[in-house]
Amino acid sequence: MNTSPSENSCESCPLVVCLVSRLAFECTVTVRDALNQALDEELERDERVFLLGEEVAQYDGAYKVSRGLWKKYGDKRIIDTPITEMGFAGIAVGAAMAGLRPICEFMTFNFSMQAIDQVINSAAKTYYMSAGLQPVPIVFRGPNGASAGVAAQHSQCFAAWYGHCPGLKVVSPWSAEDAKGLLKSAIRDDNPVVFLENELMYGVPFEMSEEAQSKDFLLPIGKAKIERQGNHVTLVSHSRMVSLCLDAAAVLAKEGIECEVINMRTIRPLDAEAIETSVMKTNHLITVEGGWPQFGVGAEILARIMEGPAFNFLDAPAVRVTGVDIPMPYAKILEDNSIPQIKDIIFSVKKTLNV
Amino acid sequence: SLSENAKCDVHKLEEGPPLQAVLTREEGLQYYRTMQTMRRMELKSDQLYKQKIIRGFCHLYDGQEACAVGIEAGINLTDHLITAYRAHGYTLTRGGTVREIMAELTGRRGGIAKGKGGSMHMYTKHFYGGNGIVGAQVPLGAGVALACKYLGKNELCVCLYGDGAANQGQIFETYNMASLWKLPCIFICENNKYGMGTSVERAAASTDYFKRGDFIPGLRVDGMDVLCVREATKFAAEHCRSGKGPILMELQTYRYHGHSMSDPGISYRTREEIQEVRSKSDPISMLKDRMLSNNMASVEELKEIDVEVRKEIEDAAQFATTDPEPPLDDLCNHIFYNDPPMEVRGTNPWTKLKSVS
Repeated sequence: MNTSPSENSCESCPLVVCLVSRLAFECTVTVRDALNQALDEELERDERVFLLGEEVAQYDGAYKVSRGLWKKYGDKRIIDTPITEMGFAGIAVGAAMAGLRPICEFMTFNFSMQAIDQVINSAAKTYYMSAGLQPVPIVFRGPNGASAGVAAQHSQCFAAWYGHCPGLKVVSPWSAEDAKGLLKSAIRDDNPVVFLENELMYGVPFEMSEEAQSKDFLLPIGKAKIERQGNHVTLVSHSRMVSLCLDAAAVLAKEGIECEVINMRTIRPLDAEAIETSVMKTNHLITVEGGWPQFGVGAEILARIMEGPAFNFLDAPAVRVTGVDIPMPYAKILEDNSIPQIKDIIFSVKKTLNV
Repeated sequence: SLSENAKCDVHKLEEGPPLQAVLTREEGLQYYRTMQTMRRMELKSDQLYKQKIIRGFCHLYDGQEACAVGIEAGINLTDHLITAYRAHGYTLTRGGTVREIMAELTGRRGGIAKGKGGSMHMYTKHFYGGNGIVGAQVPLGAGVALACKYLGKNELCVCLYGDGAANQGQIFETYNMASLWKLPCIFICENNKYGMGTSVERAAASTDYFKRGDFIPGLRVDGMDVLCVREATKFAAEHCRSGKGPILMELQTYRYHGHSMSDPGISYRTREEIQEVRSKSDPISMLKDRMLSNNMASVEELKEIDVEVRKEIEDAAQFATTDPEPPLDDLCNHIFYNDPPMEVRGTNPWTKLKSVS
């Protein structure tokens, strides 16, 4: 892979550094590079896999996620599209129906709204409508949710919108390992998968275990991960908000409050069991998301807890920490106060625990 | 026998399909039988709908038979085809049986989609439905064509839409990409003069649908003449297979029924207009007259085919009305392909249903 050196040491000569580090310790990889590795490995593994979207080829990707891939795989496998989401999303779905395994990139999921009919009505529902005759093995991926200073039309979180629909799998990775293992699984999945990345996470480095560096490293879709164990309160989150939960947990630990932080990894199917098991231990639940509160991811989790075995273990009402119920403003002070901050999580934990 | 076809109007093409075509006796009888089967199947569906044995949406194809039959005669079963919701005729030409089509309309377990799809969602091999959202099938069809080109099997995709859909933005997006990437796609506009209750003059600033592809070459074809449709399709297929990219065909046709079974079809057009088409341009009558006047078949022979067709439809209708409905435990199946069994929430928290691939 022909890459130019950048801020991440692993990138400048990935093979050498990783080989050396493999012998001794784990490698450090950004989320962006983990996604790039996943794409590269899956393109190499299966000839039917191809990537299409705006600027994915010659520009190396609007956010450089597909850097180097066009150079390596060429025009047939990495396709630049015109700015016509409804058209190219439909083309991707049709290609999936006819035996290929497309990865359709939306530059951000805000633009997927133009194509949402193809995602839901053409992709998600077809296997059911055809009573099993017509599968649709496609991945829709791209950045989702708030970024920095991009204002209202470019900041919406679509986890709840796509998470609502049967026939779709909806994945929301947090770490580099999540990104790699889940994207590989999504590409190998024979069903439509909506893969929600996060622009602010792309440049964040994570330690990548030896196991995660393997070309066959897969993470199961539909299984959450406990990122931090704790006994006093369960914090459930996805994507970038997992970082904030861990930061809040570190602060609270100094006051003797131990948070259990669950990284959902998948929005649909939701790993309710993992959350219930945790709540049955901690007796307190707070969900944390970047998206709007009404009819959101947290709302669904709370409803499930109400209806399930964990309800009787709650010592306080389960609550949600969410984005503020407004279109995203531009000015930094306004934007900062539109999404959950670490102090909001800490405040909510103390209210829930009544301390 | 040789037959004279009407000259097609062309757009960005040096020449159109040949003006003469050879119709063998065998071909003629086969086209006749298929069109008659299609006609009778649709009319029987009309009956069953009025008896409330078919429910929901039902968009009938009678009058347009020459399109489906002529197109199939110009391509191979190994090629691909996708259309919108007026799809029963194509389900038949693409390999579906009358039995399983009608049982799908009546929502029975023997339906082509096990009763889960209904009128607008029938599929067979290399036939991608049956699509309910107007225009959405066009990018899908170009995607199928992309797969054809990618996999290098010299197959093409026929991608159909109506005069109503022809104004959809996503169709122009598709023209652009299909042309840029030289996809082996035959775009076919079935212009039956009305998008639901809106005549073409009231919906389109330009009703020259064969020209609407702009940089895509196009031809306008008499869609009531099965031979014209066949020759045009062969011409278009040759264009695609030779790597020239997409081509557009407008088939001028007519539907006898309203838009769907909820539409009597006479509030926006006159009974006289319908009657005139029936008497002067009916595709089955035209083929019949052609065969009789060229001594390619006798009246008795064709009558015998009619009797056989009628029987086939009766048997199919009998099956469609007596086959049981799908079992309730099929309710949640077919959500995901190739996945382990999973639980699906029922209507209340205590009801957990099972779903298998």
